[in-house]
Amino acid sequence: MDMNAPHSAPAPQANALRLRDAATPIVIVGHVDHGKSTLIGRLLHDTGSLQDGKLAQIVESSRKRGLAVEWSFLLDSLQIERDQGVTVDSTRIPFRMDGREFVIVDAPGHRQFLRNMITGAADAEAAVLVVDALEGAQEQTRRHAMLLRLIGISHVIVLMNKVDLLGYDQEKVAAAEASVRALLGQLEIPVDAVVPASAREGDNIAERSPNMPWYRGPTLTEALADVPAPSSRSNLAFRMPVQDVYRFDDVRFVAGRVERGQIKVGDTVVIGAHRTMARVAEIGAWHAPVQAAAIAGQSTALRLEPDVIPDRGDLLHTPDAPPLRAARIRTRLFWLRQEPLRVGESFTLRLATAEHQVTVASIDAVVDMDDLTERPAQEVPPEGIAEITLAASEAILFDPFSPGSSDGRGVLVDRLQRIVGGAPLIGPAELAPGERSIHPTASRIEASDRARARGHEAGVFWMTGLPGSGKSTIARAAETILFSRGIDAVVLDGDTLRAGLCADLGFSAEARAENMRRAAHVSKILSDSGQVVIAALVSPSAAERAEVGRIVGEGFAEIHVATDLATCEARDPKGLYAQARVGKIRDFTGIDAPYDAPTAPALSISTADVSVEVAAAQLADFIEQKVRVRDAG
Amino acid sequence: MTADLLTEAPLPSSVSTRPMDDLDQLEAQSIFILREAYRKLKPLAMLWSLGKDSNVMVWLARKAFLGRVPFPVMHVDTEKKFPEMYAFRDEYTKRWNLDLLLGYCPPVEEIDPSLPPAARSAARKTAGLANLIEKHRFKGVIAGIRRDEQATRAKERVFSPRGASHKWDVRNQPPEFWDQYATPHEEGMHIRVHPLLAWREIDIWRYIERENIPLVDLYFAKNGKRYRSLGDQDITNPVESNASTVAEVIAELEGSNTSERAGRAMDHESEDAFERLRVAGYL
Repeated sequence: MDMNAPHSAPAPQANALRLRDAATPIVIVGHVDHGKSTLIGRLLHDTGSLQDGKLAQIVESSRKRGLAVEWSFLLDSLQIERDQGVTVDSTRIPFRMDGREFVIVDAPGHRQFLRNMITGAADAEAAVLVVDALEGAQEQTRRHAMLLRLIGISHVIVLMNKVDLLGYDQEKVAAAEASVRALLGQLEIPVDAVVPASAREGDNIAERSPNMPWYRGPTLTEALADVPAPSSRSNLAFRMPVQDVYRFDDVRFVAGRVERGQIKVGDTVVIGAHRTMARVAEIGAWHAPVQAAAIAGQSTALRLEPDVIPDRGDLLHTPDAPPLRAARIRTRLFWLRQEPLRVGESFTLRLATAEHQVTVASIDAVVDMDDLTERPAQEVPPEGIAEITLAASEAILFDPFSPGSSDGRGVLVDRLQRIVGGAPLIGPAELAPGERSIHPTASRIEASDRARARGHEAGVFWMTGLPGSGKSTIARAAETILFSRGIDAVVLDGDTLRAGLCADLGFSAEARAENMRRAAHVSKILSDSGQVVIAALVSPSAAERAEVGRIVGEGFAEIHVATDLATCEARDPKGLYAQARVGKIRDFTGIDAPYDAPTAPALSISTADVSVEVAAAQLADFIEQKVRVRDAG
Repeated sequence: MTADLLTEAPLPSSVSTRPMDDLDQLEAQSIFILREAYRKLKPLAMLWSLGKDSNVMVWLARKAFLGRVPFPVMHVDTEKKFPEMYAFRDEYTKRWNLDLLLGYCPPVEEIDPSLPPAARSAARKTAGLANLIEKHRFKGVIAGIRRDEQATRAKERVFSPRGASHKWDVRNQPPEFWDQYATPHEEGMHIRVHPLLAWREIDIWRYIERENIPLVDLYFAKNGKRYRSLGDQDITNPVESNASTVAEVIAELEGSNTSERAGRAMDHESEDAFERLRVAGYL
């Protein structure tokens, strides 16, 4: 066998003369069924970009399913996608036109696949927004357009598809176009071109349509060819987030990617929030010429003098152009979690290689997807778009988000390490006059680790019921039972709270609501620490109990102590009913103030026919079954 | 092989501050990915199939870590590779100072009999890989797949989480954007790291040319045939070609319009054979 490399002679440097640009990523977005996949198939076919045999394969796959040529099968490579007719994940297809390389990113239009669209679209240079000319802009058209703005896509081409179904009629097409232009204008998205086309018939895709002699603008391929190459970031101020620090053969190198600007041997850099200064002594590289400088986009390794040891996430910058510094940051948000986002939730904010613990200090505006107006709200709905304020316990160095750069690209990660949102940072948050900056911190201990250590999970078991129904008595008895079973529970009852924490509160509606709010927050703090909380409060208002559930979040369970009024009044352990009946106490729940019984409690206990022991055992069993960490298997 | 550590450096003839071209950008992104994996996923290993992409990947690791590969490389051996590949492995393990881990594959009789024959044979490798990952409890496994190889691979993430069963949950892939990657959050989970995902076949060859990266010579034409992609001997077929140097291969690819994996039997057995392999943990 000849092991001599057949190419051992110095390789001809054919490429040295002309720099090849990287491929331009183009994302195709639009409402479901507006024809994205058909467009991509047509584009690849008409530009001769289909691999040999691919067309035959598509024809065969289509025939098997009794369809005419289904272009979308080019992209829907998974069998589930073809069989169910939906694209489940974004895909990328390289394609070449007039010597220029493109990568087409196909982003699924279904709402639940937003995360895949973001995955595909976030680094695109340009977008083609496909709009069915008959239907005009739809919900996903608006949503996708909004996202294009949020992720900072600089060039948008609108393809008015299916104009063959409008008989290529200029007036009808113009009307459809006007509505889309109005939408994009509202979002302040500049439009490179609006191309009336039929992807199925091939009008104005790669070839000028003979059916629309009135149209003088570019075809789709002409519009794509006009998208400029990304501009260089080498002339901006220097930024390099530290990715890692290596020590090889007793030499330390600070590794990272230059995100913008450039750095030369001999330059001084400032390191991170602690502002240490160092000089670049060497730019390390293997199998490359000796480097005197590193420029934006390069993954490099710097040897610094003095030999300081930065942390991952420290931002290196030059002294003359520092980034912003703030502990409260306003940010746009695209929310990817299936549950809503609420004020007070804590996350890790990933910003390049840095990780900061942050809390949502406020939700400042939520975008209404029907009319794209912004309004204040209590929560950001699943897959919603909003503007929020994040608070950190220490100052964060950052540059505001700017399209076409990696500045300010924040990403929110939850405790389970899931990416739950994108946060293009706007700037430092201004405090209202009189408002004081607060910097909540989040625990670094995982709930699962606490549960493992304690042998049980946390939970808040909120007992509601009429005065005298037996809540506190049952709660205290259950506490004892649970303790004997190794479950650490704590009881919060109304009178105990009022004796201390809530001693300043009376019994007006506002004071009762405040009492509930405090009890809810204490429950939340205790359960966050891994405790089982049994709260025993009359809590007559269903709305207020719902608010408690919101504050507590996961692990909240409503327990109804459903002892009837007659029994409670007959017992009257504190003599309160008697006083209420003669008017000595006003607004007494059950007598002259309403009690909203829970409609769907997690557990309902009545003490009318069972003893306290039996009721307490019921509650203890229920709690144990909810919080006990099950053995694996 | 003429290239050794001292002479394998006919350096790119460039000024260091020239603008980056497409290969520079692909290289920089791959280095970024490898450094993320090295920092975040411990223990970490790289799959080294001995093919061209794999060699480019080892090369990129040496670029990322200033001449070293600071984690083991794994060869999952089906024991059906070409003899040239084994010779190459032994030579370059030494030359590149690699920490080589070998994994062996179970016999084909132990593999899902409902798979078509070539796919069933290829699935041995999945099983061999799973054994290695479990034995060493790897949190990260770097693999050299590319989006342009096969449409199913085009749907992959750069950091692709695998559950305890090593299955690829294509319907439930995590979001991945702005260079923020998934991290393992459950016991038994690992991440497949794909630093070459954005590279195309032609990019690999141009980079091999630029960097003068050594290859098994099965890639170069003898008697009018060469291998474009290397799998097991019994399920890989050579293609018609007269390209006997890297430059000739590049010229041939510039004019070609067929798929690289055309010579891989399992890709053509049934519409979903490759998808089934991948969902089960194949590369």
